[in-house]
Amino acid sequence: MPFIPHTEQEVAEMLQTIGADSIDNLFEEIPSHLRVEGLPGIPAGLPEMDISRLMHQRAAQHPQTVCFLGAGAYEHHIPAAVWEITTRGEYYSAYTPYQAEASQGTLQLTYEYQSMMTALTGMDVSNASLYDGASALAEAVLMAVRGNRKSKSRKILIPKTVHPAYRKTTHTIVRGQHIELCEVDYDRATGTTGLDAFKAQLDSHADITAVVIQQPNFFGGLEAVDEITDWAHDNNILVIAVANPLTLAVLKAPGEWGSVGADIACGDGQPLGAPLSSGGPYYGYMCCKQALVRQMPGRIVGRTVDLDGKQGFVLTLQAREQHIRRSKATSNICTNQGLVVTASTIHMSILGADGLEKVASSCHANTVSLVNQLGRIEGVSSAFAGPCFHEAVLQLDRAAADVLLALAEKNIQGGYDLSEDYPELGHAILVCATEMRTEEEIAAYADALQEIMAVTRLKEVTS
Amino acid sequence: MLIFEHSIAGRTGAPQAPKVKAAIDDIPATLLRKNSAALPEVSEMQAVRHYTRLSQKNFSIDTHFYPLGSCTMKYNPRACNTLAMLPGFLSRHPMAPEKQSQGFMACMHELQSMLCEVTGMAAFSLAPMAGAQGEFAGIAMIEAYHKARGDNERKEILIPDAAHGTNPATAVMCGFSAREIPTLKNGDVDLDALKQAVGPQTAGLMLTNPSTLGVFERQIETIAKIIHEAGGLLYYDGANLNAILGKIRPGDMGFDVIHSNLHKTFSTPHGGGGPGSGAVGVAERLIPYLPLPVVEHKDNSYRWLTEKDRPQSIGRLSAFMGNAGVLLRAYIYMRMLGREGMVRVAEFATLNANYMMVEAKKRGFELAIPDRRASHEFIITLKNEARDLHVSAMDFAKRLLDLGYHAPTTYFPLLVPECLLIEPTETEAKEVLDGFLDALAQIREEAKTTPELVTGAPHTLPVKRLDDVRAARQLDLAWGSNNG
Repeated sequence: MPFIPHTEQEVAEMLQTIGADSIDNLFEEIPSHLRVEGLPGIPAGLPEMDISRLMHQRAAQHPQTVCFLGAGAYEHHIPAAVWEITTRGEYYSAYTPYQAEASQGTLQLTYEYQSMMTALTGMDVSNASLYDGASALAEAVLMAVRGNRKSKSRKILIPKTVHPAYRKTTHTIVRGQHIELCEVDYDRATGTTGLDAFKAQLDSHADITAVVIQQPNFFGGLEAVDEITDWAHDNNILVIAVANPLTLAVLKAPGEWGSVGADIACGDGQPLGAPLSSGGPYYGYMCCKQALVRQMPGRIVGRTVDLDGKQGFVLTLQAREQHIRRSKATSNICTNQGLVVTASTIHMSILGADGLEKVASSCHANTVSLVNQLGRIEGVSSAFAGPCFHEAVLQLDRAAADVLLALAEKNIQGGYDLSEDYPELGHAILVCATEMRTEEEIAAYADALQEIMAVTRLKEVTS
Repeated sequence: MLIFEHSIAGRTGAPQAPKVKAAIDDIPATLLRKNSAALPEVSEMQAVRHYTRLSQKNFSIDTHFYPLGSCTMKYNPRACNTLAMLPGFLSRHPMAPEKQSQGFMACMHELQSMLCEVTGMAAFSLAPMAGAQGEFAGIAMIEAYHKARGDNERKEILIPDAAHGTNPATAVMCGFSAREIPTLKNGDVDLDALKQAVGPQTAGLMLTNPSTLGVFERQIETIAKIIHEAGGLLYYDGANLNAILGKIRPGDMGFDVIHSNLHKTFSTPHGGGGPGSGAVGVAERLIPYLPLPVVEHKDNSYRWLTEKDRPQSIGRLSAFMGNAGVLLRAYIYMRMLGREGMVRVAEFATLNANYMMVEAKKRGFELAIPDRRASHEFIITLKNEARDLHVSAMDFAKRLLDLGYHAPTTYFPLLVPECLLIEPTETEAKEVLDGFLDALAQIREEAKTTPELVTGAPHTLPVKRLDDVRAARQLDLAWGSNNG
């Protein structure tokens, strides 16, 4: 029997001990008319050999493509050691470290993770992870509402340059708590959110609880983080930074934005050691200032000592959490993304700051090179003026979906079609070239796009 | 030693990064970082050795019996991991075109269908990333359902006092208030209290069945009737689904919406705290509200349903598609077990729990609910030992670690004093269960003869008992900073 060790004789002995005639007797408290007789709709079991064959076939249905698609999930090199160590049974098959003395491995690793994230973000404290970047932003919004006692409005300013899926997720999660998410429009010329757009939202009658700033923003544009942060703090508004943590190896850390830094930083940890894997599991990181630590959702590991005064690690500040505080908890979160954090911690250790800086700057250089080459093609141009980092928006002279489909036929994932989320941009795509892309691949993309754009328009597009 | 204490300036895992640091000369200096982040500088081998050694300080299913009640710590078959990590799955971008994603989407669609079959629900969404997010989705759907009918006064979610803390926390997150319903001594819900609590303000009831007390709620049909007649909906917390797989289905019990913890019942790893998956299933009338995305199979191909197809959906819960890799592992597990294997899960989990319960009683331990069948878990109360021998459930738990067993869940459910909630799961052999019970009995003997052995435990682990109070009072949450 798969994964069940009992012999027939053992079953008989155990039933005799219990005093039951059969295993079926053990279910006698369940009303018999509600019982089902088996699960005929489930296929018969497969031995490992057969499921292996099936899964290889399924995986082979995905063609090998060259990926210029980012938009929140990025293809990076992950050292082989990262997942070799992460999938050791001692990490892989352990539970949440509630029994601290029997979980020092996971606990110390998590403390090291928290230390690395505070170093990258320039913030005081980090939690042990949330589900993903989008849901982390939702939690950050809820945390800001709890944390900003000077504000009564429960109004949050969210620029349109924040990842559209993050905005949607945040809407879903905070909706029940009477929080108003106010969209802030961006400058069509630069693809960034000017300070004036924020100011316009703050009229003399309303107060605002928090602003969200994504850096680099969804378009790859660079927001004026210092000015916006200082303006927000002058008006008793908390600042929530959303950042791809890899880019923080070279970009200014949220903890250093403006004169006192952002109050909360969050984002998706995927670029630090998690494979693309169809969108998950990734993890949401969350860091904040010391003053907000008791408003933080999720688990936090602290360093302490044992009876002999020896260093050890425990889950701490648990009075914030649902298993203690129940309906008054800071969040309902229980399970987090511990195993991906394990991978990420090992990843950051192996690459170090120097390695991450090289990866991030190489992503930037490759994207700049890609944009330059594609921008020379007729019918393709940069959508925005001004610097961008890691990602960029290209304007096309015809429907983006058609172009991306034609590229897909050549096994090139050409980018993210922006027309649904940003119809005002017309035919636009978001592209990125990580450190994984070679000069040859970038040139091949340019050649393919050149070929596609040279074809006479198949259909007249109106917009 | 911390990884940071192995760090030597200038030492790196250099071959893992691009050779040169490309110049960044097109970005204003004010937007750039001035000093490198204080990450450790170690060689690849140092990192490998450090994290391998750290792993050896963990208990895990692969190394120890781990009878944590309500957590279903069963064997995580290695094939699930190996096959979910095939390059064709790992390299798929979440927004890759549907045409190039049919293999993955086929697995997701079949997983949705199999979950419907085992739970008796009409449709499933795989979007929620953990049990608590599944609860959130479920309660948000209940809210959306009432609202769509113009039924705006339902502000209260009823929750038995034996429930997991996530239940009341979720209700509040969704904008409801949580009202507790007491539990009877025999483990069933107090029906009189329930009847008094329901009314036009009732949005729904959240119920775990079998409950966290380790018994099946026998009055489930009456409960469903009371809630439905009051206009509320019935929510099934799937934390204990392992106990009834293939025997009885939440849909047949009258539940309108459920979540299933795939990291419990369907054996995806707990990973030291996550990731999990809290797939949600619904009865027919809630289908329009399911969170997105959902996979549809039509004209021989698979496609994602979006807001256009499901305008009433509660929306998205993550940037992409939930914990896809976890979902693949659950899919592989379910296909390996198949229809015969899945029924055996509940059978042998229940056999193991009932055997342990009887054997524990034989060894003189007091059961919290002595006169009933256990489900897949049961509770010992150590209140007599605490009174007579001055040793607590926590002392037993810590001493068990010395003897090579992970502790059961302690002090939960909150209703039972000095309790151990024990869930052996179906994958443990009889001799392991016997060994564990012998260890429990040994600890009680030690408490009589050498109590310091018990109250001072653990003695053989990397650290002795840790100072939680100091951890919370003198906060030290990151290396190199003094968070005092």
